[in-house]
Amino acid sequence: MDAKRAKRVDYSKFGYFFILPFFVTFFVFSFIPLVDTIRYSFFEYYRSGLKEVGPNFVGLGNYIALLKSDLLRYAGNTFTLWMLGFVPQIIISLVLAAWFTDARLKIHGEQFFKVVIYLPNLIMASAFAMLFFTMFSNSGPVNSILMDMGFAKKPIDFMGTVGGTRALVGLMNFLMWFGNTAIMLMAAIMGISPDLFEAASLDGCTHTQIFFKITLPLIRPILSYTLITSMIGGLQMFDVPQILTNGQGSPDRTSYTLIMFLNSHLKASNYGMAGALSVYLFIVSAILCFIVYRMLNDDGEKKSKRSKKKEAR
Amino acid sequence: MKEHKPINVRSIVAHTVLIILAFLCLFFFYILIINSTRSHAELQKGFSALPSTHFLENFMSVANDGTFPMLRGILNSLIVSSCCAAICTYFSALTAYGLYVYQFKLRNAAFTFIMMILVMPTQVTAMGFLRLITKMGMYDTLLPMIIPSIASPAVFYFMYSYLQSSLPLALVEAARIDGSGEFRTFNSIVLPIMKPAIAVQAIFVFVGSWNNYFIPALVLQSKNKMTVPILIATLRGADYMNFNMGKVYMMITVAIVPIIIIYLFLSKFIIAGVALGGVKE
Amino acid sequence: MRKKVFSLLLTALMLTSLLAACGGSSGSSAASGGGEAVAGEEGKIINIYSWNDEFKTRVEAVYDKIDHTSDDGTITYLTDGCEIHWVINPNTDGVYQQKLDEALLRQDSAATDDKVDLFLSETDYVVKYTDKDINVAMPLTDLGIDPDKDLADQYEYTKVVASDADGVQRGSTWQGCPCLLVYRRDIAKEVFGTDDPEEIGAIVSDWGKMKDAAQQLKDKGYYTFASYADTFRSYGNSISEPWVTVDGPDVIMKIDPRIMEWISDSKEWLDAGYLDKTIKGQWNDDWNKSMGSKSKVFAFLFPAWGIDFVLTPNWDGEPGSWGVTTGPQDFNWGGSFIHGCTGTDNPEHVKEIILALTGNADNMEKITSTYTEFSNNTVVMKKFAEDDSFGTEFLGGENPFKYFAPAAEGIEMTTLSPYDQGCVEIIQQSFNDYLQGQVSFDQAKNNFETAIKERYPDITQIIWPEN
Repeated sequence: MDAKRAKRVDYSKFGYFFILPFFVTFFVFSFIPLVDTIRYSFFEYYRSGLKEVGPNFVGLGNYIALLKSDLLRYAGNTFTLWMLGFVPQIIISLVLAAWFTDARLKIHGEQFFKVVIYLPNLIMASAFAMLFFTMFSNSGPVNSILMDMGFAKKPIDFMGTVGGTRALVGLMNFLMWFGNTAIMLMAAIMGISPDLFEAASLDGCTHTQIFFKITLPLIRPILSYTLITSMIGGLQMFDVPQILTNGQGSPDRTSYTLIMFLNSHLKASNYGMAGALSVYLFIVSAILCFIVYRMLNDDGEKKSKRSKKKEAR
Repeated sequence: MKEHKPINVRSIVAHTVLIILAFLCLFFFYILIINSTRSHAELQKGFSALPSTHFLENFMSVANDGTFPMLRGILNSLIVSSCCAAICTYFSALTAYGLYVYQFKLRNAAFTFIMMILVMPTQVTAMGFLRLITKMGMYDTLLPMIIPSIASPAVFYFMYSYLQSSLPLALVEAARIDGSGEFRTFNSIVLPIMKPAIAVQAIFVFVGSWNNYFIPALVLQSKNKMTVPILIATLRGADYMNFNMGKVYMMITVAIVPIIIIYLFLSKFIIAGVALGGVKE
Repeated sequence: MRKKVFSLLLTALMLTSLLAACGGSSGSSAASGGGEAVAGEEGKIINIYSWNDEFKTRVEAVYDKIDHTSDDGTITYLTDGCEIHWVINPNTDGVYQQKLDEALLRQDSAATDDKVDLFLSETDYVVKYTDKDINVAMPLTDLGIDPDKDLADQYEYTKVVASDADGVQRGSTWQGCPCLLVYRRDIAKEVFGTDDPEEIGAIVSDWGKMKDAAQQLKDKGYYTFASYADTFRSYGNSISEPWVTVDGPDVIMKIDPRIMEWISDSKEWLDAGYLDKTIKGQWNDDWNKSMGSKSKVFAFLFPAWGIDFVLTPNWDGEPGSWGVTTGPQDFNWGGSFIHGCTGTDNPEHVKEIILALTGNADNMEKITSTYTEFSNNTVVMKKFAEDDSFGTEFLGGENPFKYFAPAAEGIEMTTLSPYDQGCVEIIQQSFNDYLQGQVSFDQAKNNFETAIKERYPDITQIIWPEN
């Protein structure tokens, strides 16, 4: 008896070994840098040409300076650009996932479409942005096709307008991610017991009803997962607008994202400002994280309550 | 009978939407490939839908350009991405298993902690990371892109969910009764069960790392260490390169075609893997 | 067994490196006793930092020790067994300077073969590197070059630009960059009835006449210039005070009235339709296409390198379609300076390269006749200007130096600051939005201030001219 008990205790301790690499790596490569970053956010510390200035302690000086600059505007830009990609992405993905998993809807060339829609996800954002930049320039192929076909008399200045640039960024993010999401959601829908669908259609439910009443509630966990990962991605948006606008976020910095802002400070070797900005970003992500965490927990509670109710019945 | 008609309409709509989406996905690659076969002078004259004859010429000028060592960059990117995919999925599975199977004291705390850092952008720590790497002598090496991927909360979360749905604890118990050691159980019994999840995540991690631009841009300095995204970004700023747009298109082609080829070979496996992962209740 | 061999190898390696280190240190202490730059032993590898391969082609053309260059263009082998390693990073957005600065900051600790031996700088930021306190560019006299004797024929302004505050010359250039009006002959014939350089020159001899000509061009459906960026340098290089002045702890930026004139004139020209609104700035695909045969753009303001390096590769029609003449104003655009880098282990090679490119009349003549380069040599340029038999095919047999040489005389450049590249880039980017009608004038000013402070955190004050 005693030996057995001792063994059991031993087993649970193994858990520490299993999670050790993760935590050591995190501590070294994320935690230490984070502390370092926070420390320097209170200093004036930058390089001007070949001369180094600082570090001089300035307290909250960097934080105040950032608030006075256009920080909030860039946060807004980041959010807008993310939404422009995410909303169509999630809608189209859901629709596609529903179609692909619908046994009664025979999609011809299903495999082909699956392969193709996932394809853009493989293209590195920087190459994709570079490609879009050359294609949508005033004398680029898209304009010359539009003019040849008579849709436009003069070249359309896609990247010269706020809407144009933002739409391009949104389109790129959409194209890169909708296939990925569709496949994830498809996997989730296929995980739902086919009996449920069968029962529902025997009861005379329409596709729409099945989709909203059965599919959607049951894939909520994976939807939350998609939302979280997309949100992290959105907050980190950098490559696409950076390369499309050559780091300017032009016109008028309306496509200037938070990470582009951070990047410009890092590039100017302005460690103090970059540090303070990082701390702001950290706070934002912490808030996001809190919201998501609450959402997931609520979900879990509701679900377990519901299933309990079902069982009781 | 009643049901037959709406299915047809739906089918038409579905196919139309799919064709439009597929067109959108492929259209840009088509233009890219076409333009990479044309010379600068031809490109100056405007767009044409037909390929030209300068493919080899453009390719040679890309391959022979030491200022933008594209082929070397692809090799570097392959090394980084494969290593990342391997160690990231393995350690994430390991961590997920550790937290799922063992009821140790700090289990809940550890799980909550990982969920907390899930949304922390890597860029937040970039500055300190850069200083740390420099101190550790890893500046301008490929290691800083690889090692930190051991701690990937998002991949961990996926693995954890997968374990929840597909690993009965009784199986672990049974292995113990058979006298299997804990790590052996993980490596020889659990890992094979997790194969579909690992495959899917390996692809995602590979792609993510292949596309990563921010961190390599900070860490890498010398030309022969650069990964593809950095070379592409440099290209955007290199004004004089624009005097040969055929070459620019070819560089983008060279940067993305290898991964497309790998993907086309593996696509069945990838999509089947995803499907397999979803079947589990 | 294998392990043993390996550890043996390792020990051997360590020993040799130790010995090498000892040898190195004793060598350098001997040199420091001499007081001069490292003399005697030359390193085997010469690292040259540059932003494109223009300089490389010039070195390959005239340096007598050149053997051959590797296929990928990164290494040039010399006949004495040394190698030139080319480190090329793009200029745009400060990338080149960033990479160079990284290397310069590590110069002291770098292994001799990794040290920067020679680097280039552009007029926009040459003063950043010739600063005597920073001391990264060696005084030419320390390399054994006497500017008054060896570089006597250079244009005076290029020597002034490359000198520090004490007048010590720390760099040397092989080119002069006076700008001319480079125009399409076919458009000139159609609109003005002639393509003769003298007559066209008379039509555009000042900005007032230029504007009348622009209206005539517009009536026939042509643009005078591609974009407002094309005229920027003629304003930007005639400012009366440097962009930035340092006054104790204060770093003050003053925007010159000439820059404001550029903005208002550009707006006027753009609204009048003299410029192509779809072309935003230079160095992009749209700009390149405006030099193609399908373009409606009449002219560009280019220095000699612009014709050779930019216009020629972008022109897809018959050679001989372009002509040059004196534009409305003399100004300078660009210019690459060669610097020997403090701490180099190859001072002899550096000296030879600088002299071969910038102090040797025969070589400069060769560069001029091969690349239509405007050489930084008054004697050579005078010879070309007076040589009626010289002509280039691309310009339809015209001799551009007839116009370049006098234009060079009119150049004055005394208002440089280390911040110029960022200022020039950012002012154009910020006001691009204004000129395109995307933001108000004041918003553009704000955007400029924001961007400039991000790029140069040490700027304490920005002063706009009153008007």
